[in-house]
Amino acid sequence: MNKKPKKYSVFSLIKNAFTYHENWQPAWRSPEPKKEYDAIIIGGGGHGLTTAYYLAKNHDLKNIAVIEKGWIGGGNTGRNTTIIRSNYLWDQSAALYEHALKLWESMSQELNYNVMFSQRGVMNVAHNLHDVRELKRRWHSNRLNDIDCEWLDTNQVKKFCPIINTSQNIRYPVLGATLQRRAGTARHDAVAWGYARGADAMGVDIIQNCEVTNIIVQNGQVTGIETNKGKIKSKKIGVVAAGHSSVIANMVGIRLPLESRPLQALVSEPVKPILDTVVMSNTIHAYVSQSDKGELVIGAGTDSYTSYTQRGGFNIVEDTVTAIVELFPLFSRMKMLRHWGGIVDICPDASPIISKTHINGLFFNCGWGTGGFKATPGSGWVFAHTIANNEPHKLNEPFSINRFSSGELVDEHGAAAVAH
Amino acid sequence: MSKKISFTFDGKKYFGNEKDTLASALLRNGVFLVGRSFKYHRPRGILASGSEEPNALVQLESQGFTEPNVKATEVLLYEGLKANSQNNWPSLKFDIGSVNNFLSPFFPAGFYYKTFMWPPGLWKKYEFFIRRAAGLGKSPKENDPNEYEHVHYHCDYLIVGGGVSGMLASEILRQGSNENIKILLIDQNNELGGNFNYGTEQRIYTKGIVNGDEAYSGWIQWLKNHIKKYFNLKILNSTSVFAYMHNNYLLAIQNIDPQISPQNKTLRQRIWKIRAKKVILATGSFERPLVFDNNDRPGILLANSAKQYMEKYNLKLGKKTVIFTNNDSAYQTANFMFRTGIPIECVVDLREKINPYLQKLMDIAKIPIHFGHAITDTSGWLRIKSIKINKIDGKTNKIIGKAINIDCDNLLISGGWNPNVNLFSQSRGKLIYRDLDGCFIPQESFQNEISIGACNGTFELENIFKEAYKKLEHLINPELLFNKFYCEETTYKENIKTIWQIPSSKPLGKTKMFVDFQNDVTSKDIKLALSEGYRSIEHIKRYTTTGMATDQGKTSNVNALGIISKISNRPIEELGTTTFRLPYTPITFGAIAGRNIKDFFDLERTTPIHEWHLKRGAKFEDVGQWKRPWYYPIKNENMQKAVNREVEATRNGIGILDASTLGKIDIKGRDASEFLNRVYTNAWTKLEIGKCRYGLMLGDDGMVIDDGVTSRIGKNHYVMSTTTGNAASVMSKLEDWLQTEWPDLKVFLTSVTEQFATISINGPYSEKLLNKLCPKEDFSNNNFPHMSFKEINVLGISCRIMRISFTGEKCYEINIPSNYAKNLWEICFDLGKEYNITPYGTEAMHVLRAEKGFIIVGQETDGSVTPIDLDMSWIVSKKKYDFIGKRALFRSDTIKKGRKQLVGILTTNPDIILEEGSQIVEKITKKPMDMIGHITSSYYSPNLKRSFALGLVKGGLDKKGLKMFVPMINKNIEVEITNPVFIDPSNKRLIA
Ligand SMILES: Cc1cc2nc3c(=O)[nH]c(=O)nc-3n(C[C@H](O)[C@H](O)[C@H](O)COP(=O)(O)OP(=O)(O)OC[C@H]3O[C@@H](n4cnc5c(N)ncnc54)[C@H](O)[C@@H]3O)c2cc1C
Repeated sequence: MNKKPKKYSVFSLIKNAFTYHENWQPAWRSPEPKKEYDAIIIGGGGHGLTTAYYLAKNHDLKNIAVIEKGWIGGGNTGRNTTIIRSNYLWDQSAALYEHALKLWESMSQELNYNVMFSQRGVMNVAHNLHDVRELKRRWHSNRLNDIDCEWLDTNQVKKFCPIINTSQNIRYPVLGATLQRRAGTARHDAVAWGYARGADAMGVDIIQNCEVTNIIVQNGQVTGIETNKGKIKSKKIGVVAAGHSSVIANMVGIRLPLESRPLQALVSEPVKPILDTVVMSNTIHAYVSQSDKGELVIGAGTDSYTSYTQRGGFNIVEDTVTAIVELFPLFSRMKMLRHWGGIVDICPDASPIISKTHINGLFFNCGWGTGGFKATPGSGWVFAHTIANNEPHKLNEPFSINRFSSGELVDEHGAAAVAH
Repeated sequence: MSKKISFTFDGKKYFGNEKDTLASALLRNGVFLVGRSFKYHRPRGILASGSEEPNALVQLESQGFTEPNVKATEVLLYEGLKANSQNNWPSLKFDIGSVNNFLSPFFPAGFYYKTFMWPPGLWKKYEFFIRRAAGLGKSPKENDPNEYEHVHYHCDYLIVGGGVSGMLASEILRQGSNENIKILLIDQNNELGGNFNYGTEQRIYTKGIVNGDEAYSGWIQWLKNHIKKYFNLKILNSTSVFAYMHNNYLLAIQNIDPQISPQNKTLRQRIWKIRAKKVILATGSFERPLVFDNNDRPGILLANSAKQYMEKYNLKLGKKTVIFTNNDSAYQTANFMFRTGIPIECVVDLREKINPYLQKLMDIAKIPIHFGHAITDTSGWLRIKSIKINKIDGKTNKIIGKAINIDCDNLLISGGWNPNVNLFSQSRGKLIYRDLDGCFIPQESFQNEISIGACNGTFELENIFKEAYKKLEHLINPELLFNKFYCEETTYKENIKTIWQIPSSKPLGKTKMFVDFQNDVTSKDIKLALSEGYRSIEHIKRYTTTGMATDQGKTSNVNALGIISKISNRPIEELGTTTFRLPYTPITFGAIAGRNIKDFFDLERTTPIHEWHLKRGAKFEDVGQWKRPWYYPIKNENMQKAVNREVEATRNGIGILDASTLGKIDIKGRDASEFLNRVYTNAWTKLEIGKCRYGLMLGDDGMVIDDGVTSRIGKNHYVMSTTTGNAASVMSKLEDWLQTEWPDLKVFLTSVTEQFATISINGPYSEKLLNKLCPKEDFSNNNFPHMSFKEINVLGISCRIMRISFTGEKCYEINIPSNYAKNLWEICFDLGKEYNITPYGTEAMHVLRAEKGFIIVGQETDGSVTPIDLDMSWIVSKKKYDFIGKRALFRSDTIKKGRKQLVGILTTNPDIILEEGSQIVEKITKKPMDMIGHITSSYYSPNLKRSFALGLVKGGLDKKGLKMFVPMINKNIEVEITNPVFIDPSNKRLIA
């Protein structure tokens, strides 16, 4: 077993400075896989790691492994634009994301790892009457669901975010916006690393560079997995593989209602503080925030074709940046520094699947598409509950895979074409 | 002598030469300190001479023209240039931020993950200061006065890089092909010739007619002039290829007139979108710094960059120069300095010896060489003052013996060369590690591409010549080559001793060996990351931020890999590189946007009658891309008054609406009826020619996605209308189904939205107007009943007139070829004056249709509403074998009772107009409240003389007559659920 991890603090930093920082212990171990585990989580993204963490913390399972084919956080967790908010339209989504948001608010302390959750607000801007109607609907719904949300008129938008172009003569003038002040961004890598460290401290084995190649099922019950590091047994397997979930489902003959598509993002060169909130626009299709490092973090909608290459077409970048320049003309001379793509797994109703399957002991947590980062702690929390009890938690009951055959969808497409 | 150009740096005026970059001009003026580093605010100078520069970042110009984080090495000097240093306060020389340098023991890599957590509430404050400290330059605060544009270009050969390899390739390809081939040669510098002049002392021979043997520099000059002469070779200078996408699609950015100030030009940059049959990458290589303690002081330059400054710009960098190298290339700098009389203190070479030719050269030059020595420390704050060198053990690479101090004001370093494989890697080509000289070189192309020269790991000039001919031979007809070049063998050989991390007498923890200069990542940070378990190269990169600065790791990535490999004792090839992504160099947002902003951002679509609406003083609403008249205020009328007037006129006289924006799709073919059967929920086979029918289109999830009226023009010919906003997406959905799901159907779709304009004439007097318009035709109910269509000649123009209605009034919709629409509209307007003809906009249209309970897709529906929810089960055929969405529509939850259903809603207080989007509850409780629906449409009705609304309510059809509440911020509004049809439920007016 591992030693109890030494606590991180200013004092530990000062103390370690005197030994030239040569005595820090690893944030997590790199063990070889055991023969058997009580539960195996496939996918070392944020959702997989939180699942393992909460399984160990909230439930009685202790002998747990996270199996990651590359490096933890290397999937969408480490590629996303980190917008965190809970102002979703439907009650089912709002409840799930709000539960997650509450966990975000104490995450750094809980993990003793600063995930830099930065509650600088998320503003969704309306550019036409249709937007106004839809955003107001969301605002009223959030209000009555007791989720913080405000409506800002054009002047209030200007006051809250002075650099946005609120001239009424532009192609798509700003007619108003919703604002969720508790929303914001976080440091994505830190989330993966912090949960990995926390899970590891409770004995979870985090196994990297280990690709799952098959899932073994006997008489309708899972019994283990095959990997490039050999066979590993377990009667409970949670699959949390984002864009590759369908590939894994395919191993046991399950067809998931998912489309995997590239989603692109980019950052500018770092500059001194200029934008103090997150601004999102559906109509002109772009959103932007400024990271603590000073980079403008920019994204938009997915490419419209399915693909597993982590790169999309430049036309999407062009549209996105154009929209940003239109909304923030002062950014015209800023420069794109880095650009990347991730493979997002999109359900027909743009809501996730957190569910049992017809195979005993096999669970799926996927379909988070373009907007699952914000759910990271909540998703793991309810998925751990589902795996431990073989029953969904009340919060994820609506997100069962059965909804696609029954028709009880949670359609978030309607209200937010871009669901980050 | 060349012209003097004046410029300012940090407010002080200097002069430079015509060909100077900002970097060379600063050095010319003895300015060695140009910036501060990101984290520790260490003083920094110019390290390199091109796009790889990590240190010399400046804020260029001011106000609207300002640009942060500009590499001084990439800016050409222009008269009046203004540059300022960044990230320092109060001044570059005395920067308070540099306390960080002394506190650096407390700020190791990733320190912020370990602290600022307590007390939790204070993070916002900490973050405020962190944000202020971060960032480099400043964002512009004003709009950009310059413009940008895009160009598309197709060519047979795209050659990237105009150094010796690229120029040679262009000459070989041009000579060896016929004149029809089109070659594009791109180079990032404003002149051809490249950076890398390995072996400039060699002689070039040719067996052809053109000038005989010449020294390399003369030859390159000749070639530069020579290749400019050919019409089928286009050369772009000051242009960087920044993206290599699929199918040989490459993007390049061109700086327009770089020697003219941005204030004196309009067009600033142009993006080239290039599709090439074949791409030749000749992108050269970057010199690697050596990683030793305090290797970042101003006055430390890369040896080859220094040579360029001395050779190309005629600079003398320092008075006391030391060269520190592990390979032969730095001796070219030494030799050049000797030949031009610039003194050198000594060379420090990690190796035990050099080849006899070189040794002889150095002997002649009387330059002392410390073999088997390394620089282990440096001193000097704002400029390097001295170095410490130590002998190192050739086997263990450990320090032996005592340090020697050497004074210097200039240190030139060379750690070998990194092929510039960025674009190759972007093209998804595979790299391989070459242990011999610590290089990643191209192994296997993924696209139709060839890498040659230094970017392919071929460094010696004679080999570059041989390789160019060998690798391009198969593309050309060798007989056409009229002169072929050869190169004499070089004295400078690839012979390198790689020590990724130079030893130090201090413990690593006490050293500052910079790997990533800009982000202040040191060797010990990498070690820390590794010991904390961040072992994958991506984790280390993210934890330490190495390679993530604005130079994108051009000087640091390979060194970082080397150090990781050394510390973790794993071979480099096992670590793998991180993949290169676009952009090769940072790209201006404005350039990416090009002309597609302001007036050209999502072009406005207007109808042929638009001008009339403008003249009439209409207010417009954006619907999709269209500008639609919203309402037409007269004089000082407010919106409500105007809308009331328009609504009343339509119900009592004639209302005229420009409905041209509705999507129109012409459907033709043997299977047109069957096609409609499949895409709409109702049956189409029996629709008679000359009749119209309303249809609902579902998604494959059974939810309503569009609606509209389709008219049967002929046996195999229909015209479908779609909603304004969905026209394009419906068209592509239909095409999608046709092409991928039902290729057997013979159906052809044509969008005719813009070919026809639609004038909708509504109201009790509409028939009278039509009679005046076409006195010979019979528009009566008998001859022209509701939901029918006729092709009628209106004033000599053949029009399609449909008797359909979205207002509940008797209505004729005239579809006329667009060119004639405005005239016809004006004529109608004149003829209708006696009936108080009134143009109405979308708002009045909404009121009119809502009074009748007609839905708008996207307003009453949101992707979660079925026809049954809309109480329109009559439109869903029970008999049809199938239609899109049928299976989904009959799932257990889709047909269950109590779903959200369309109802009317009336406030108890008739004066309150509900807010669209507000929520409906059965009872007011503490939050969270149980919401059972929401208001989809809400208006004042001058006909009802009260407000009214439509909404979706759970089980709404069974709740009619019940009271509910709409909770607003400071009041709860009582409402009653009603029937959604408020006017003329029996449709008397429609057929009056
Ligand atoms: C560009 C972009 C921007 C985004 N922006 C936002 C945003 O602003 N806000 C937001 O909330 N969300 C955003 N998202 C979505 C968000 O990133 C994801 O929903 C979320 O991170 C998913 O986390 P995950 O743990 O489920 O998936 P991942 O982090 O992708 O983890 C899945 C892991 O499974 C591993 N894996 C796959 N197959 C196997 C196998 N066979 N064996 C072993 N391991 C395997 C993968 O290597 C990967 O590490 C964005 C996504 C992208 C791509």
